[in-house]
Amino acid sequence: MSAHEITFPTTEEQIRALKAGDEVIVQGHVIGIRDRTQIRIFDQGVEPPMDLSGAFLLHTAPNVRKLGPGRYEPLCVGTTTSARMVRFTEPLGERYGVRAICGKGGFPDEAIEPMRRLGMVYFAIVGGAAALETTQIEEIEEVVWEELMPECLWRFRVKDFGPLTVGIDAHGNSLYRDVQERARKKLEDIYARL
Amino acid sequence: MAATTTVSRLQDAVLEAAARLYVWALKDIPQDLRDALGDAAEKETSVTGQRVLQTILRNVQVAEQERNLVCQDTGIAVYYCRVGERFPLHPARIYEALRAGTERATLEHPLRSNTVHTLTRENTGPNTGYRVPIVHWDFVPGWDGLDVKCVPKGSGSENMSFLKMCVPADGVRGIKRFVLDSIVGAGGKPCPPGIVGVGIGGSADYAMHLAKEAIARPVGTRNPDPLVAQLEDELTELLNETGVGPMGLGGDVTVLSVHVEHADTHMTLNPVAVNYQCWAARRASAHVAASGDVRYDRDA
Repeated sequence: MSAHEITFPTTEEQIRALKAGDEVIVQGHVIGIRDRTQIRIFDQGVEPPMDLSGAFLLHTAPNVRKLGPGRYEPLCVGTTTSARMVRFTEPLGERYGVRAICGKGGFPDEAIEPMRRLGMVYFAIVGGAAALETTQIEEIEEVVWEELMPECLWRFRVKDFGPLTVGIDAHGNSLYRDVQERARKKLEDIYARL
Repeated sequence: MAATTTVSRLQDAVLEAAARLYVWALKDIPQDLRDALGDAAEKETSVTGQRVLQTILRNVQVAEQERNLVCQDTGIAVYYCRVGERFPLHPARIYEALRAGTERATLEHPLRSNTVHTLTRENTGPNTGYRVPIVHWDFVPGWDGLDVKCVPKGSGSENMSFLKMCVPADGVRGIKRFVLDSIVGAGGKPCPPGIVGVGIGGSADYAMHLAKEAIARPVGTRNPDPLVAQLEDELTELLNETGVGPMGLGGDVTVLSVHVEHADTHMTLNPVAVNYQCWAARRASAHVAASGDVRYDRDA
């Protein structure tokens, strides 16, 4: 397991250099996205008015304070459970060139193959660690689809965002699948003892 | 006239207490939980688990320094009330006060408002709505006080709730298997390592009610019934053998503790309910005297 620092947007090559279990600190830009944002893009067919190529997407619905038209300041930015949004993985990579999706709790196994094929990774953040996450957000640079508040499309500029763990890499490895396989085996032993 | 004054003063005191408890719970997690997370970090041997636990500990510190929320999910407001038989404010008024206190905290702080109509998904107000907040009631004969505990319950962990109507022939083994299966299946989604609440006995609805009572106890406390306490120890140990680990990334510490509450049941029933509470197991308590004096309590 090695440690990396990556500035987003990034390239396929940088993403393919990561292995499941690696530690990553992120610089540059992070794009906030959630259930309703992706339902609008993919189920309602509305093109996102923000460039997602090479992007790092974060599953979030931030608490913010409005400063003026289109201007917000972060109050408390945390991360939501990713599993609900797994079906958007393939089109995000294929149509928009997204490189990383970050959330908490992991993606089910159906994300492994598209991530391998398209050169994408899933980053695990520590769920609930919102106070820390908020201090790593320097500025909310852009917000679109404000009517979906707080599930808009957000562009944050971040500094030393993390530490993140590569949960699923672009080579077909998933920590979540490994953990489940080992735990299921262990449960068989435990049940035999009960 | 004097009685009316007492009642409205008491109602204000409960309202004020509810508002303070909600925000306090969200910002400052109890010492027993900090200790349990510290112990978990000492025990954890995996690299990813250590990374997660150190980040959690750092986050608790940052929340304190920045006076920010520990977690962005302000939850659904759940209150636990122990009402003395001679407490001068009727539970109907206590409920009104809890609702108004929740609204005040949400608007004044301000806090993210999470409550929506279940069918339309439209936001229903400042963390209140039809039958929200949710209150657990307990009544104490002879006493004239009121205990209020606020537990803002996050959705990531609440979504990992499970119920099984085991049959009597499944026995205690069936109960244990269901708890183990449920928590391994939940993986990293409920933000482990947290508190696993288990409710056994009663009826289907009451088992889940008991599971929710169980998660509100200070972490690691044991049921007064030695047989139930033994089950709590055994399940805690077994779950920590599964290797799910912090945030489900693998490791030694999968749960901080398993808490079990039970009720007697029908001879042909064997219900078991599981309710998960994340590592940020937020709670805050206050004792309200009949005089209206409020004492806040970090440990209850």
